[in-house]
Amino acid sequence: MPSQPEPRPLVARLGQRLAERSLSDASRTVTLAAMAGGTILGGRAGDLAGRSVLIATATQLAAAMALVELDGLARRILLAPPDLAAEHRAAVIEDAGIDAVATDDPDAWRALGVGTVLVPDVPPVPAPRPDRPPVATEWLMLTSGTTGRPKIVAHTLDALTGAIGGDAPSAAAAPVWATFYDIRRYGGLQILLRALIAGGSLVLSAPGEDLAEHIARLVRCGVTHISGTPSHWRKALMSSAIGAFRPGYVRLSGEIADQAVLDGLRQTFPDASIGHAYASTEAGVGFAVDDGLEGFPAHYVGRPGPVEMKVVDGVLHIRSRRAALGYVGDGASALMDADGFVDTGDMVEQRGDRFHFVGRRGGIINVGGLKVHPEEVEAAINRHPLVRMSRVKARKSPITGSIVVADVVLTRPADPSEVAGLKAEILAGCRETLPGHKIPALIAIVPAIEVAPSGKLVRNVA
Amino acid sequence: MSSRLTITNLIEEIAADHNKTLKPLSDDLVLLESGLDSLCFAILVARLEDKLGIDPFSASEEAYFPVTLGDFIRSYDHAVAA
Repeated sequence: MPSQPEPRPLVARLGQRLAERSLSDASRTVTLAAMAGGTILGGRAGDLAGRSVLIATATQLAAAMALVELDGLARRILLAPPDLAAEHRAAVIEDAGIDAVATDDPDAWRALGVGTVLVPDVPPVPAPRPDRPPVATEWLMLTSGTTGRPKIVAHTLDALTGAIGGDAPSAAAAPVWATFYDIRRYGGLQILLRALIAGGSLVLSAPGEDLAEHIARLVRCGVTHISGTPSHWRKALMSSAIGAFRPGYVRLSGEIADQAVLDGLRQTFPDASIGHAYASTEAGVGFAVDDGLEGFPAHYVGRPGPVEMKVVDGVLHIRSRRAALGYVGDGASALMDADGFVDTGDMVEQRGDRFHFVGRRGGIINVGGLKVHPEEVEAAINRHPLVRMSRVKARKSPITGSIVVADVVLTRPADPSEVAGLKAEILAGCRETLPGHKIPALIAIVPAIEVAPSGKLVRNVA
Repeated sequence: MSSRLTITNLIEEIAADHNKTLKPLSDDLVLLESGLDSLCFAILVARLEDKLGIDPFSASEEAYFPVTLGDFIRSYDHAVAA
């Protein structure tokens, strides 16, 4: 057997110019130099060597510092998302075999029978790194599923950073990244790792911060690269502050990027590179598309390479070195099939030389036996120039079981006298591309549509 | 607006949207022969629920399906009165 190369912990991959690069949130800035040469764990990182550590902190900044400190030391680190419900804590500890919690709220965890290490919410204190041979720490994340016992997915740092690649720091100025995601979710963690190991800085989101203030802060911090879900971006495009923001690179992931949101971003950021990426916590980063068009080139499917894709019964399957190791916990289901492919549950449809995402397998609405993906109807509605975002859902019908209805947010307040005409126009637009059973039976103009903490539209799957 | 007028206006609107040719909307018109399909009826019932606040078909305990347009209108009049 070939010998395993020695693991390179995150702290050894931070690259150059650490004193000039930083992580910041709404109130603090910490340089990478301070992170690499200090402790946020009160100097107790050595006590956590070989342990399975859950990181549960109020702030993303503290979580990021704990990650850098513990990778290569701990056997496992589990990043608790900010909305992990109290009733799921015991199950997560059991499934992940957690034996220590690094937290700024020890009282919340002590009752669960695990040791805690206090994470003081202060800048790191200079301290030498424990002198131990580095281990290949497992990175555990929770999937963004909405209800029930959270599913835990195990990754390696190599798999998580597999899409970041070559990354010789470019001659251009170091990128200043930002993301609307929380870094404790897959989409946000990708951006944290990109900033850390590819020569950049990162401006974190802050809970409860008003969107206009957040965008103004991104402008002040000189953000050059930014990512979010299409729902994040639709909201951002409605903000009065967006006009002052001039990022060079805009990235979408986590939901279907339809043509309307891509076009909206292109109009708002005429000089930016705009890309949409396909990734999931389980399958890892699949690919990025940067031609400004929705969907992806059909030749991506079936081609050899580090990420292989196939379509089975309309569902995208991915085999990739960036995929997770598997689910963790007793009775966890298999994450891959016998050939190593991950069933993404994302349904695609080929139109000409392009595949288009049409929706989630679990989200199909059944209208009298005919299937409708909410996302394909939303994409049609969103083409209307006055529509900023929409949510399509099922409504019970005594005749067809379900019918399709839609909530729509407009780009500007509508006069009551124009609402009927607008609805008729939206429906006429849908009729151009959709068969009758996919056309909303009712449209409601609403002031806002709820976006979950994951950055995705809240869908109540019946 | 009477429920009759609301219903016949909506039927005409939905038929036009779905390119259906309607027979004359008389009380003895058999719904299944009216030119509307079940999807159109599902839309009609949903829009009527939004306009009138009632869905007599889901509200009733037992399954009841009107046969003629007159039956259909009467189920709404009955539900409004109830």
